[in-house]
Formats: sequence, structure tokens, C-alpha cells
Amino acid sequence: MQRIGVFVCHCGTNIAATVDVKAVAEALGHEAGVVISQDYQYMCSESGQDLVKNAIKEHNLTGVVVCSCSPRMHENTFRKAAASAGLNPYLVEIANIREQCSWIHKDIASATDKAIVLGKAAVAKVHLNAPLTAGESPVVKRALVIGGGIAGIQTALDIAEAGFEVDIVEKEPTIGGKMAQIDKTFPTLDCAACILTPKMVEAAQNEKITIHSFSEVADVKGFVGNFTVTIKKKARFVDETKCTGCGLCTEKCPMKKVPNEFNMGLDNRTAVYIPFAQAVPKVATIDPNYCLMLKNGKCGVCSKVCTAGAIDYKQTDKMIEQKYGAIVVATGFNPIKPDKYDEFAYSYCPDVVTSLELERLMNAAGPNGGTLLRPSDKTHPHTIVFVQCVGSRCDDEKGKPYCSKICCMYTAKHAMLIREKYPDTEVYVFYIDVRTPGKNFDEFYRRAVEQYNVHYIKGMVGKVTPKADGKIDVQASDLLANEQLHINADMVVLATAIEPDKTARPLATMLTTQMDTNDFFTEAHPKLRPVESATAGIFLSGACQGPKDIPETVAQASAAAAKAIGLLCKNSITCNPCVAHSDELMCNGCSACEKVCPYGAITYQDKEFRMPDRSTAIRRVASVNPAVCQGCGACTVACPSGAMDLNGFSNSQIMAEVDAICK
Amino acid sequence: MNKNQKNWIDITSGVNVLKCMRCGKCSATCPSYDEMEYHPHQFVYMVEKGDIEPLLNSKSLYKCLTCFACVERCPRGVEPAKVVEAVRLTAVRQQGNNHLIPDMIPDMLDDDLPQQAIVTAFRKYTK
Repeated sequence: MQRIGVFVCHCGTNIAATVDVKAVAEALGHEAGVVISQDYQYMCSESGQDLVKNAIKEHNLTGVVVCSCSPRMHENTFRKAAASAGLNPYLVEIANIREQCSWIHKDIASATDKAIVLGKAAVAKVHLNAPLTAGESPVVKRALVIGGGIAGIQTALDIAEAGFEVDIVEKEPTIGGKMAQIDKTFPTLDCAACILTPKMVEAAQNEKITIHSFSEVADVKGFVGNFTVTIKKKARFVDETKCTGCGLCTEKCPMKKVPNEFNMGLDNRTAVYIPFAQAVPKVATIDPNYCLMLKNGKCGVCSKVCTAGAIDYKQTDKMIEQKYGAIVVATGFNPIKPDKYDEFAYSYCPDVVTSLELERLMNAAGPNGGTLLRPSDKTHPHTIVFVQCVGSRCDDEKGKPYCSKICCMYTAKHAMLIREKYPDTEVYVFYIDVRTPGKNFDEFYRRAVEQYNVHYIKGMVGKVTPKADGKIDVQASDLLANEQLHINADMVVLATAIEPDKTARPLATMLTTQMDTNDFFTEAHPKLRPVESATAGIFLSGACQGPKDIPETVAQASAAAAKAIGLLCKNSITCNPCVAHSDELMCNGCSACEKVCPYGAITYQDKEFRMPDRSTAIRRVASVNPAVCQGCGACTVACPSGAMDLNGFSNSQIMAEVDAICK
Repeated sequence: MNKNQKNWIDITSGVNVLKCMRCGKCSATCPSYDEMEYHPHQFVYMVEKGDIEPLLNSKSLYKCLTCFACVERCPRGVEPAKVVEAVRLTAVRQQGNNHLIPDMIPDMLDDDLPQQAIVTAFRKYTK
């Protein structure tokens, strides 16, 4: 015979103002099996929990129902209380009479009726609860960081600092990411390379860190604490272990007309190349799309000049497999290409550039050696117009609905640097809003206006027209003056929206993590779990989770590292016992559950069964890996034969709840 | 503020003026800007406030070319030209007069005038 205790919480006035809690406690006290039914002002407080604990001991309870807030809030609290009083924690059920009742209703009578019904359903369910024991699974003491930008580098350094092995997988030939392309950083104007490259070197020299550059994640299997990842090391046609990075091959390569992606295509590189002088690893890579030897079989100059004998035209992609306990995603962002906006003339006027292109034009290692020149005729620009929010805050299919967050600040930086270096240049910034929330950010923007006399104009550019004399007519509105302006400019700089890297979506599928409609990774909780994904063991670092500047990226990278370290420190992890299991005798091997499982927890195996006629037969049956299963229940719905069931949420329990509600 | 008038313009234009983020790109792109007393962004903002009377009495209504450049380039999909059109229709209906009668047409015709323009003009200026 069940002995169930019911505890109804007032939650101050949160519940008690709309629900007659005493009536709920009274009504539920008459339910079958209920031996005690009480109400209390704050059930989650220490004295409230004591009420539950004492009742468990005093009445020798076999089940507990707490009518309170959402189980997301305090289920764990009451499970712990029950466990400390000697009751299996999975014999506790929560009836949510706050979020799903008192908060959404106004009428006391109907809210009270509903609270009673929800309570009855929980009582009906707890009758069928079985004690569950959480299992344990070991943790592989090694982490994988996907992406080698500043986010990935910082995360890897922090995890290595804690003493764990870390691998960085970077799809480009060098780590460094977007920050390596940036000239100066706001709001301190320190040189990006000066603060980034020491970190790149530190990562390369750290014996706990392995960098797989020019590599991609090809496959992910497994679960928290025990992932198996296949990494594709793309053929770079150079033996990494032999190449010394002397650069002789890049000097001698006859194929010199390859658009240089590091300089945003503003100049050319050779077919065999090292992206930039401080690249890590400093190893050459041959671009098979342009290499004459790989394309036509004629040339071989690099192989002849290489004293280390590192060139290997026969190299192929290599797959390596490695086990990891934790995975950190740091895939970063890209600026969008503004070629869909015909009004800005980007696709046909070389003097209309994006902000990242301007970074390269102003960088000492850039195409002009740091002198700002117009790409079209290499003359010094005297009037420069900056256009904000190009593709950001857009409600159409051309742009992105969000604020890209970093553009206001980098535009103020560009404007200031140009005015500093070329005081004869007039700089106009067309803005919709100037958004500068950040330490020393607004002061920085004000400096651009007050000290450097950058012309900030509230309004948007409507049309950019290249003229025959090489100048550019910029037609814009000045909303405060209520005027339409025409500026005779030499250059136009577009602050384009940023978007997640294209590799993020296929990666999210492999990792079974969630993304939002903009392809940013979704965090487990927007406020309280910002660096964890909803999938256990997968953490998020940097702009892959949302637009971020460098200080925020580094902070989040370290936070993600801390979470990963917390996981790697454990020898084993407690699993959620509310997982699916399959009744092998009922399973017909149809694979329906395997197809719907978002976590890859279900596999099929051939098993020998003793048949009624005493013969043996081999049948294909499903089995659930309890360490991978997250208890979502999709399989139990998909299963046509009723073989799949979920611990703690069994089909019979759900039906009992429904019956109680419909009675 | 005339609520009925505002509701009528909201309905006939089909535009949600609250989507406007006040960037001014419509006015930045408008080829008739200098001809207009009230500019496209002001149409949107004044309709939002319900300040419609000055618009109804302004010649700006008839300076809009309905070229749809503002509609094409608005980052928020607000469609200012449709707001102007709705105010124009309100004015035409209020006055009860036809601004264009068929007898006026022959004098206006020239070889370059597309027939579409005449049809459009009737739609805009005739009750």
C-alpha cells in the first residue's frame, strides 16, 4: 500500500494570491494513498524542506508530491531533501502550480480547481514511480577545441594550464583567426598582432596542446566524457614535420596570381604559401587549385628549392581518430559580403570596401604596407564615408535581424586612426544609433567626435554612385538637419554584419547541439548557463554563440575552459537515470527509434532468443546506451510496438496522469 | 491625433509603421527629396504619431513618384511609399473631387508617355 505525502507551497503570494492553497491541500488529502497533505508558505526554505523530511520519516512515506513551481526550479531541491530522509529521490513528483497555473490565471476559483487537478495527476503518477539509481560513466581526460581563433586559443591555453591535454582543430593553415587580420584593437588601440601572436606561440609551445591546422572535424560519436572524434587532416602537400618555414618556396613559386585571402583578396600570393609572417604553425601549404605541378604535372620548383625535402605532391587527406571527454566549439564568425546591396556599389566599385578590408589596407603587413591608399588608383583618399549597420538590424532576406555589436566601436577606431595619421582627411560616419556599452567604450567614441573631429551624422546612406572622375557620390540623409546630403567621397567603408562561420551548421548536426535561426549556437540557459550547450559535454566559446568583441570573447573562452576543466577533473560522471530502455521481447527491430534519436543513443544488435518451440532465433533488437540518452522520449513515441519506455516517465505513468486529469 | 484617420491609413497602407527604426534610408534614397516639404521618413513618423492633418494638406503628397526606391531599400521592410499612397488616397477621398478628369488627358499626352502612366494617374488622382 502506497503512503504518499502532499506538500502545497504558497510561494509567498506567487501561488497563494491566485490559488486557494488550503483547499488544494484539503482536496488532495482525500486522494487514494495520500496519508498526509500540508501547505506551507515557502516549501523550498529550510523549514519547508524539514516539513517534507520529517513527514517522510514520521509517516514512512513511499512517495512525495510537491505542488509548487516548475520542476526546472526546485525538483533537485526536493529530491535532495527526500534522499537525505532516506527516500529514493526519484519517488518525488512536482506538480507545477505556479508557472502553469497561478501565474497565468486570474480567477481564484478556476485556478484552484486546476491546481487540484494538476496535484491529482502528480499523485496518480507517483503511485507508479519506481526507485531509480543513477549510473556512472568514466571521463576521458582530454579536450577538443574546434576553431583556433582567439576564442579557441584562450580556451586551449586555460585547459592546458589546468593540466589536461587539449587538441585544437583549425580549418585554415594557421591559427589566429579574425584577430590576426585586425590592425588595432579598441578601446586601447593596441596592435592586435602584438597581443595575439604571443598567445599563438604559447599555444604552439605548450606541451599539453596539439594543434591540428588545416584540419576539420569529420565525425563525432559518443557522449559526455567519452566522445570519439574523427579529424580530417587535409593534404597540404608539405610535410609538417620537415618544413622549417623558411619561405624559400614561396619566393620561388612561379604562380604568383592567387588572390590572398588573408588580405581579403586585395593583393596576391603564390600557390605555395604561408598566410602571414607570424603564422602558427609556420609551415607552407600548397593550394591545389593553383599549383602548376598539381594541376598540370609541370613545375616542381618548390620541391627543387626546399632544402628540408618537405614538399610532397603525393600527400593525401589523412583521418585520425581521438577520444575526448569535453568538446569546446569556437568556430567564430565572418563578415557578410555586401554584394546584394546594389545601392552601395560594392560589387563594381573597388573604392567601396568593407571594414575588414580597410583593416588590411591600414595594416603594416597589408597590401600597401600600412599606407592608406584607394584600391583603384593607389592615391591617398581625402574624404572617407563610413556606413553603419550594412546588413545588420535588417528585416529582409538580404541581411541579419540582429545588431552585430562590434561595428560601432571598430568604426570609431577606424575614423580615429585615419584622422590621427592623415589629418587632412575628412571622415564622415553615418549612423542609426551609436551603441557603445562596454568599459571605456563611450569615452572612446566621444574622443573620435570631440578630439578627432570625426563627423557623425544621424542618418543612413541611400545611394553610392561612382563617378567618371573617380570620385564617389554618396547620397545620404541627415535626419537631425532634415536634409538630404551629397558627399563627394574618395572611399566608402561598409560596416557589414557578421554571421557565424559556414562550418557551424554541419558541426552542430554532428555534435547534436542546438542553433538559433541565425546559425548561432544556443546556450543551455541565456543567463545562467551561457557557455554550455544543451548537449552535455559540449561548451561554447566566442562569436559562434553570438556577436562578441575581443574582451567578451576572451572572457567567454576562459569561462568555457572552466566548465570543461570542471568536467575533466571528474573521474566519472553521474548519469541521468531517466533514460529510455527497450523491451527486447517486444522490439521488432524496425529502426524507427534509431532514426528519431537526436543523440545517437540507440544502436541495433543481433541477439539470440529462445523461441517458444525451444529453438533459438537471431533477432535484431534495439538497445539504448544509457550514458548517451538524454531522456527526451522521442523514441517512446516513435516505437510502433511499445517496446521503448522511459524511466521516470513511463507510458503507464503518463497515461495515469492523463486519466487523473480527465476523470 | 485623429485615431480614425490613423487607423484608416494603417489599414489601407498595410504598413506597420512601428517597424521603423528611424535610420532615414528612405529619405536618403528618395529622388524627389528636395521637392518635398515632408520627406518619406517624416511620413512614417507622423503617421505613427497620428499627426496626419499636416500631411493631408501638404503638396508633398503629389511629389512622391511612387518609384518604390524607399520600399526596395528599407532595411526593416516598412514600405514608406505605401504610407504616402495611403495618405494620398485619404486626401483624394476627403476632398471628394477628382484631380484628374478624362477631358484633361489629351493636352497632357506626348509620344513618350506610357499608357501605364495614364492608368496609374487615374488610380491615384481620381475618386
